[in-house]
Amino acid sequence: MDATPPDGHPRPPLRLPPTGARPVNQPLPFNPHPTPIPGDLTDAMKKVAHGDKQAFSALYDALAPMVFGIVIKVVRDRSQSEEVAQEVMIDLWRQAARYRPDAGSVTTWAATIAHRRAVDRVRSAQAAADREQAQAAREHTTAFDEVSEQVETRLDSEQVRRCMRGLTELQRQAVTLAYYSGLTYREVAQTLRTPLPTIKTRMRDGLIRLRDCMGVTT
Amino acid sequence: MKHHASDAHTLAAAYALGALEDGERKEFDAHLRTCEACRHEAAEFEATAARLAAAVAQPPPAAVKPQVMAAIDGVRQLPPRIPTVPSAAALGGMLRRRAVPLALAASVVAAALGGVTVWQAQNGQDLRQEARQAQRQLDAVSTVLAAPDARTVHGRAANGAVTTVVASRRQNQAVFTAGLLPTPGAGKTYQLWLDHKGTMRPAGFIDHDGTVLLTGAPADADAVGLTLEPAGGSPQPTTAPLILMTLPA
Repeated sequence: MDATPPDGHPRPPLRLPPTGARPVNQPLPFNPHPTPIPGDLTDAMKKVAHGDKQAFSALYDALAPMVFGIVIKVVRDRSQSEEVAQEVMIDLWRQAARYRPDAGSVTTWAATIAHRRAVDRVRSAQAAADREQAQAAREHTTAFDEVSEQVETRLDSEQVRRCMRGLTELQRQAVTLAYYSGLTYREVAQTLRTPLPTIKTRMRDGLIRLRDCMGVTT
Repeated sequence: MKHHASDAHTLAAAYALGALEDGERKEFDAHLRTCEACRHEAAEFEATAARLAAAVAQPPPAAVKPQVMAAIDGVRQLPPRIPTVPSAAALGGMLRRRAVPLALAASVVAAALGGVTVWQAQNGQDLRQEARQAQRQLDAVSTVLAAPDARTVHGRAANGAVTTVVASRRQNQAVFTAGLLPTPGAGKTYQLWLDHKGTMRPAGFIDHDGTVLLTGAPADADAVGLTLEPAGGSPQPTTAPLILMTLPA
């Protein structure tokens, strides 16, 4: 039944994917912009600021995956992460009127709040648990190994993965240990056995490279 | 640990990555308020970091959403933040958006601007303290104005003053504004009252055009009254009310 198409070129043979596999010609469920158009979110935010729960429901759908994703990345523990993600979403409701579009997108605002809450959670837990240097160093080493492995395998965005490959090893480690593991730059320096000023500089030039590679503007 | 201005640029990245310790973060926040270039850079870095967050997105368990939706019912939304020294235009715009009577907006702006001229005559220490006080006052007032259940009553007092009350029963707060208020005269003051089923309870003072937050429990009050009293105030009204404004149920 492979009739020749009108343009005369034979079609490539039609191959059905093996059962259970994704058809190869379907786009992967990858979406570089998992949230709706920013303008929509800004509008939704305005309504949320006026107490509109329906708008908040839409905002939740747009932001909760990113919020939960970054929280669980930093916090690790699943039930704690659910708790923190909930706090973040409630905080977005509470602070809606304080969102200023001129200071950045809604997504950036939400990511900043989520990351800060996640980091607060792990740092207070860390402070409560054990302040001993040796213990802390061991934890960081573990975190570093796990993070390196996760960064390779778990980035859902092709663009971020590609841009991450454009960093030097030290830049990538400095950025990911801070952002995905929630370490302070002092802890990053200690973990990587690299002087503090070098780490600060690598974080900065690493972020600049990522920013330019992703075409981020504000 | 103190940072010199030259550190600021390297810190913007660590700041956006959440890699500063608490104290440093606060210091850098303060620095950002004075450095526009740093604000711009930090904003770009935060937007970059947000992409890193989006790259690890994963849906939360379905049970979380109904919990959040139920929780927000009991969560009061914060009013918008007001700049430390508000510009008349920005503040006026903010108040108009919230559909607050123009007379009230005008008097809040007048109060804020009046404050500015006073600050200019004072030294830095006093200036900062005044600014903080004015900020607190504005925060408190705008919290009431922004309340979802805020109700407004207008009136004209027997002495010609134009008055407005905005009250939020849920917040148990009320704001009183007067314009065209004649000077109380030597040894006198205007005193505000909350009428609780016929019992008048002191609710603060107002001596010139402006806005004050009422003290006491407006949620249970039936009306707000204004009388002229001897300086220092009275435990009970000693003169006939200049106006008694009934609060909407």
